[in-house]
Amino acid sequence: MAGVNEEHKSHEMGLHTEQLTGRSQQRFFSASEEENFTYPWSYPVDFDKHAEFDAAEMDANAVNLRIRELMKAGHGSITVKNPRAQHSLGVGILNRLNLTFEGSLGYFGCGLIDGPNVHITGRVGWSCAENMMAGTVVIEKNAGSLFGAAIRGGDLVCKGQAGARVGIDQKGGTIIVGGSVGAFTGFMMQRGRMVILGDAGDNLGDSMYDGTIYVGGEIKSLGVDCVEGEMTDLDRKWLAAKLSLYGMQAPNGIDSIKKLVSGKQLWNYDNLEPTEKKLVL
Amino acid sequence: MCGIAGLIHRGKSSDIGNEMTAMLQALKHRGPDSTGFALYGNGSDEQYVMRFKLAEQADVAVGFDIHRQIVERKAQVDERMAEMGASIVDEAPATEYAYRYTFTHDGDLRRLIDFIEDIDGVEILSIGHALELIKDLGDAAVVSGQYGLGSFNGTHAIGHTRMATESDVDIRSAHPYWAYPFSDVSVVHNGQLTNYWTYRRELERRGHRFMSNCDSELIAVYIADRIDRGDELEGAMRRSVDELDGVFTYLVATSDQLGMAKDVMAAKPMVLYESDDFVGLASEEVAIRSVFPHEIDTWDPYNGEVRVWQA
Repeated sequence: MAGVNEEHKSHEMGLHTEQLTGRSQQRFFSASEEENFTYPWSYPVDFDKHAEFDAAEMDANAVNLRIRELMKAGHGSITVKNPRAQHSLGVGILNRLNLTFEGSLGYFGCGLIDGPNVHITGRVGWSCAENMMAGTVVIEKNAGSLFGAAIRGGDLVCKGQAGARVGIDQKGGTIIVGGSVGAFTGFMMQRGRMVILGDAGDNLGDSMYDGTIYVGGEIKSLGVDCVEGEMTDLDRKWLAAKLSLYGMQAPNGIDSIKKLVSGKQLWNYDNLEPTEKKLVL
Repeated sequence: MCGIAGLIHRGKSSDIGNEMTAMLQALKHRGPDSTGFALYGNGSDEQYVMRFKLAEQADVAVGFDIHRQIVERKAQVDERMAEMGASIVDEAPATEYAYRYTFTHDGDLRRLIDFIEDIDGVEILSIGHALELIKDLGDAAVVSGQYGLGSFNGTHAIGHTRMATESDVDIRSAHPYWAYPFSDVSVVHNGQLTNYWTYRRELERRGHRFMSNCDSELIAVYIADRIDRGDELEGAMRRSVDELDGVFTYLVATSDQLGMAKDVMAAKPMVLYESDDFVGLASEEVAIRSVFPHEIDTWDPYNGEVRVWQA
């Protein structure tokens, strides 16, 4: 991929071929942005400085405060034992950090994060990593519905299966699911990429504006305005590289993966009268 | 919002009163208005267990006449049961207004039920050989303590924590719902049905009775109606996913089965854990963790999915 500029790469992959005027201020495919961006109030941490604590008798608020205290003390690697599927754990972390949860999280785990690398050895409930800006979240088991809702950046990886409405309103970043996903995955997707190595449920990519969905298994049905796109060499290279990062493989090989994009018949919604909207459907 | 939970032990009995209490207490934040249990014990084929109430909890808290009325209503229940040929084997007050009877009866059960419920203020919560349905205002720990559920042994159970949205905060509108007049069938539900009145009118024309305006009761009556028309439980549930409109996840239990159905939008949560000897389901994983604190594999059933497990 050397020698290919960013605009060319994104166009080759079928991404962002038209401007979403006024819909988002986010720039697309800026390799340098994530690395250079830090919050002025973020804590300087040392990744070699490790701490762990047991959350068996702690509520969610206490766990999140403990993580913050440890970051403040310079710990760059933190392990939380026995999270017990509590809700809202690991939320709002705007820091570089290696964070491990030994167990499962409930709803809204790791929401609103910007920067940490999170590893969850168990499962996550609904709305994991909602509105994530940057960093990585890797889940070893399954995920509930609304996995990666409205994420804007970073990599969100579930090695098991996920529920319905995965990546609803996704605005950037990458979502990877090793198994199957439920109905309305990619609903109103706007940017970014999603890789489903298993099967996809009904209404995949319904009303998606932009972005790309790759599916390795069967697709039960496509949603409104979601169409099959053409796989390019660039797509295949990107998929191989991305999956290898997380030790994952397409069960039937990269060549079997289908690419889904927005048909954009519904896309320029603002300029259509209600009667015209019906016609394009 | 509401929280629902279910569990079934395959091929053995367990401490399901405590287990369901722990699961529902973990879901308290989803609905603190009322809590209900449908527990399936090791009943006898010869005897029925009847749970019924003689007044609402709120009625007892105010007014002076109600205490006398409760005594009179209970006497009327006893009289009418005797008149219909039912023999009371054992009776136990759970509260001033809620009773548990065991009785024998060889006649028409539906006629007996209708005759008892004809008494003003009396509602039968459940009748069955195994089913005991307990519901009241308060969280799981309060209701469980009030009704002494800690010692309840059985094979399976469903339960509900309620956040009232479309009907009142009272026992009548609390879940689970018994599928009148079928013994041992109960339902809990999380969601909203949008074609409630369409189906309620149809089911009422077919002779079914409704005790509340709660849409969840419709599911119990709908399932009862389909079973009455010859459907197997799973078939009735599959049909419900097609015919009932709205967003819902519900659990249904019979004397030896536990079933789960999810609407086609998968808009309401359900987490499932299944092993060789146990199945646990709940609106949130934290409820399953209250029974299984160690690491287990759980997942979300998909849209339109129907599952039935045997005890």
